[in-house]
Order: sequence, then C-alpha cells, then structure tokens
Amino acid sequence: MAKTFEKGNVAIAKAAVAAGCKYYFGYPITPQSDIPEYLSGVLPSVGGQFVQAESEVASINMLLGAGATGKRAMTSSSSPGISLKQEGISYMAGSEVPGVIVNVQRSGPGLGGIAPSQGDYFQATRGGGHGDYRIFVLAPSSVQEMYDLTVLAFDLADQYRMPAMVLADAMLGMMKEPLDEWVPEPKAFDKGDWALGGASGRPGRRVKSLFLGDGELAEHNWRLAEKYREIREKAVRVDVQVPDGCELAVVAFGSAARIAKSAVDRANDEGRRVGLIRPITLWPFPTAEIREVAERGVPLLAVELNTGQMVEDVRLSSEGRSPVTFAGWPPGYLPSPDDVYGEIARRLAGGEKVA
Amino acid sequence: MKAVFTRPESLTDKPFHFCPGCHHGVIHRLVAEAIDHYGVREKTIGAASVGCSVFLYDYFDIDVVESPHGRAPAVATGIKRANPDRFVLLYQGDGDLAAIGTAEIIHAANRGENLTVVFVNNTVYGMTGGQMAPTTLLGQPTTTSPYGREFGQDGYPIKMTEMLAQLEGVGYAARVAVDTPARLAKARKAVFQAFETQVEEKGMGFVEILATCPTNWGLPPLEAVKRVETEMIPYFPLGVYKERKGKDFL
Repeated sequence: MAKTFEKGNVAIAKAAVAAGCKYYFGYPITPQSDIPEYLSGVLPSVGGQFVQAESEVASINMLLGAGATGKRAMTSSSSPGISLKQEGISYMAGSEVPGVIVNVQRSGPGLGGIAPSQGDYFQATRGGGHGDYRIFVLAPSSVQEMYDLTVLAFDLADQYRMPAMVLADAMLGMMKEPLDEWVPEPKAFDKGDWALGGASGRPGRRVKSLFLGDGELAEHNWRLAEKYREIREKAVRVDVQVPDGCELAVVAFGSAARIAKSAVDRANDEGRRVGLIRPITLWPFPTAEIREVAERGVPLLAVELNTGQMVEDVRLSSEGRSPVTFAGWPPGYLPSPDDVYGEIARRLAGGEKVA
Repeated sequence: MKAVFTRPESLTDKPFHFCPGCHHGVIHRLVAEAIDHYGVREKTIGAASVGCSVFLYDYFDIDVVESPHGRAPAVATGIKRANPDRFVLLYQGDGDLAAIGTAEIIHAANRGENLTVVFVNNTVYGMTGGQMAPTTLLGQPTTTSPYGREFGQDGYPIKMTEMLAQLEGVGYAARVAVDTPARLAKARKAVFQAFETQVEEKGMGFVEILATCPTNWGLPPLEAVKRVETEMIPYFPLGVYKERKGKDFL
C-alpha cells in the first residue's frame, strides 16, 4: 500500500484492524481518543464490535471476556485510565488471556496533565497490578513503529497467551508522519485447547486464576516464570548503535530516543564518538545487550521523560561494569536536541559523576 | 423402572461445598435445569463472580471464565459481543453485584446486553465471613455492623431489581425466593424466563433470588429458611418487575 501521512494514534488503530482485531473496548481520555474515535467508525464495517464502556475498569474486563474466547481484541487509554486497568491486567496475566493494551502516556501522578511523559515506565514494566507477573511492553518511537509494534503486540499476545502493552506517549500519539500501512500475513495461532466457545463435545473448560489446591498456585506461578524466562531469551528487541571506540552511549526509548538521536548525531558530526541504545521491548528489557556495551567500558547515559525510572534497569544491566548516569525531564517541558546534547557534552567533558 | 428425578445433565457429580441450609445448591440446580431445558449447555460460556459462587465452575459442566470481583457483567459483555451466537450466563452474589460491581451491572443492563443474570441475594458477604452487604437489612447484625445495620451509619438495603427494571435495556426482571415448594416453582419459572429473554434477544434477563446464609446469619437452617419469609420478603417484595413481550425497545 502507498504511504499515507498519518497521526500516531490513528496508526495504532489502523494496525489493529490490519492485524485482525475486530473488538475494541474503551473509554475516552486525552490524548488517545483518536483510537476509539477511529475504531468506532471502522469496526462495524469489518464485522466487528466497538463498545464505549462505562469505565476503564469495565473496558479491560470486556477485553478479558473477549480474549478468553480466543478473539483478537484491544483496549486503549492514557496513564490515569491505565491505572484503573491494572486489576484486569493482573487477571489476564494470571489466567493467561491474550489481549492488547495501548497506553498513550500523559503525565502524572494523579490527574497530572496531558503533556507527553514516560512516567509510566515502572507501572508498565513492573506490573501495576497485584501478583507475580509480567506483560510485554513495546515502545514505539515513530508513527511507523506505532503501526508495526501494534501488529507485533497482537502476535506476541497470542503466541505467549498474555497481555501485551504498546507504551507510547502524547507526542507520538498526536504527531503525523509518513506511514506504510502494510498488511500483515495472517498468522495461525492454535487456540483450540484453551479458548472458550461452549463445551461442545467436550467437558466444560476453565479460564481462571484462582488456585486453592495444595501447591497449585506455586506450580502455576513457576510455570508463568518459565514462560517469562523463555520470553527474556527469545523476544528482546533493541536497536544498538554503539560502534567501537565510543566514549559514551545514550540509552533512551520512545519519544526520548528520537530527541536523543538528534543530539547523538550532532555530537558525532562534531567528531565525538557517541552511541545510542534504544530498547524497543521495555519488558523483556535488553539486559544482555546493554551489559555487552558496559563490558566494553562505554559509560552509559539514560535519557528519559521522567525523573529516573528506566535508568534503574540500565544500572542493573551494566552490573557496575561501566558508569551509568541519568538526564531526565519530567512533564511540562519537552527537551530539545540541544538540551540532550548539553548533557552529552557535559559527560564527555567529565563534568558528571557516576550517580 | 422409570426415573422421575435425576441430576440435570449440566451439573457435574461433584458434591457441593456449600454449608448446610445454604440455598446456592438449590439455585444451582434450577440454573442447570434451565441450561438443559433450552439445550444451550454446549454453547454456554459462564462468567463466574467472586464469592461463594466462584466455584460454580466445579459444578456446572460448561465453559467458564473467572471474573474479578463485580466485573462479570463487563467480562460477559466482552464474551457476548465477540460471540453473539453463544449463550452467556452470569451468577453473582449481592456483594459482587450490588456493591463493587454496581457500575458494571447497571451499564451492561442499560446497553441491553443479551445476557442472563442470576443474582443471589442473601443479605451478607458469605465467603469473607459475614460482613455487611449493601442488601443487609436494617437492624441485621453482621461482623462489620455488630450493633445491627443502622441507616444513619450504613444507608438502606439496596433494591437492585427495582432499579434495573427501570432500564430500557432490561428485558426481564424478577425477584423470587426458594424457601417453599410453591416459591421454588415460581423461581424456576423466573430463571427459565431470564434464559428465554437472552435466547430471544430481548435484552438482559435478570432474576434476583432471595437466599439463606445460615452460617453467617448465625441461624440453624430451618430458622434461616423462615427468615426469608419473615424478614426478607417484606423488604424485598417478590414479583415480576418487568417483562418485555417482544423486541419492543423504545
């Protein structure tokens, strides 16, 4: 298909339809309302259903219901609404129900504001709900990636029977860029042995997270842990551009990575050697890839649109093999490439001690 | 020899875990009879709720998804919208439906979701140990209203069936009891009607069943059954509050 010029939020909505998602459940909240607005117009024409729910709590539970029957479904929201969804996300993880959740981050805590932010990194990657679980967290940094990673999220959710989150922000959601609306090959995921559809010719089946029998829940948790271990091994996505001889490597995701890229390019144009590591999966986090750079002795600078969250994972990945510092901008001010360049230059000049 | 009484096909042979005198067992049977009568066992998906009723997945031989506390109407909405040809069954207690899940039941009803809701009201939180429910009667002592429910402190017992009957999306709303053989027969009819409402796509079929909880009421089973008539029915009047004859939505 020819390239279109599209808004990030709409790219997500179009990707969902292209990926075969026919069911959407959501609640209006800025800055993601383009997604329900678009899907409310399109889903009925592809034989799907759009439901504007009474709350975020209800919409995530509708996703749980549709997902339990093996159908591709999605919900989307923005930070405060994602907080409300945590109950359902925990249940989906516990009962191994696939589904896609989009968070076009605004700013918090509390009602916060509607400016772009990366303040939900902890909530997304640590699991804001109760219990010992993980979900996929994919971090697009362009309108094209809003599309591509939404398609991927559906596949990963189905493949591993768990929720997958696309973690964008207000900047990525509201901006327009050229978009290649490619049509994914339909992938067949066998859901015949677990999805609910009525006990026709077989005993009744359960999709549940309650395990009260002696040792059952521990066994269930270990089984989930084994699935998460396999995912950490196989599903990490990261863009590592750290050539030999780098004096510094910036680690940034999403919209912060776009801004950092301009700053890194400028430094390199000026004859310095600065690399960029862009995690695309925030969970699973590219621990091994970052450690490899740290083992080469390259100092790491985490750049985020918050006061320091992903930097903790960068430190854990580096395991002390190279110094890790942080530069962050909480909501209210979106840093320019010059701002990030200033932080890079300060470190190259030896002006920043190890945090 | 002719069998005159058998276990409904949709009930498993697992013995109920319910306390002596609890009405859940009787109500499970009524629901299973309805599943068999309408021949929907093989196309039913149940949305279990949280409370004593969560274990219905051990007793009904149907597909079941477990919902978070109060969210069964939302989960069921997701199931039904994605699978309009399936039969979707909800079975919720009063803590689940009338407290934490109030928003979900009201809006599922208001959207006219084609769902069948069996609402078991025993005026108390059973599984958590007898705490005050929104349906607890005035003066009724519970573990969180030790001096008896008092309206100035706790508000009035909530009448869900009357509220829901006001909504256009509800096709059938009735309150019944199972404390006498005559009322049991009426309850059976109401449960069947709540099934038929979904089968005929007339919106939500809702049936509230007044039930005993001898353990948490601190009463022997026989006295608990008597309390249904002496205390519950006077406050929660039985009857059919709404019955849509055709698909005559406004």
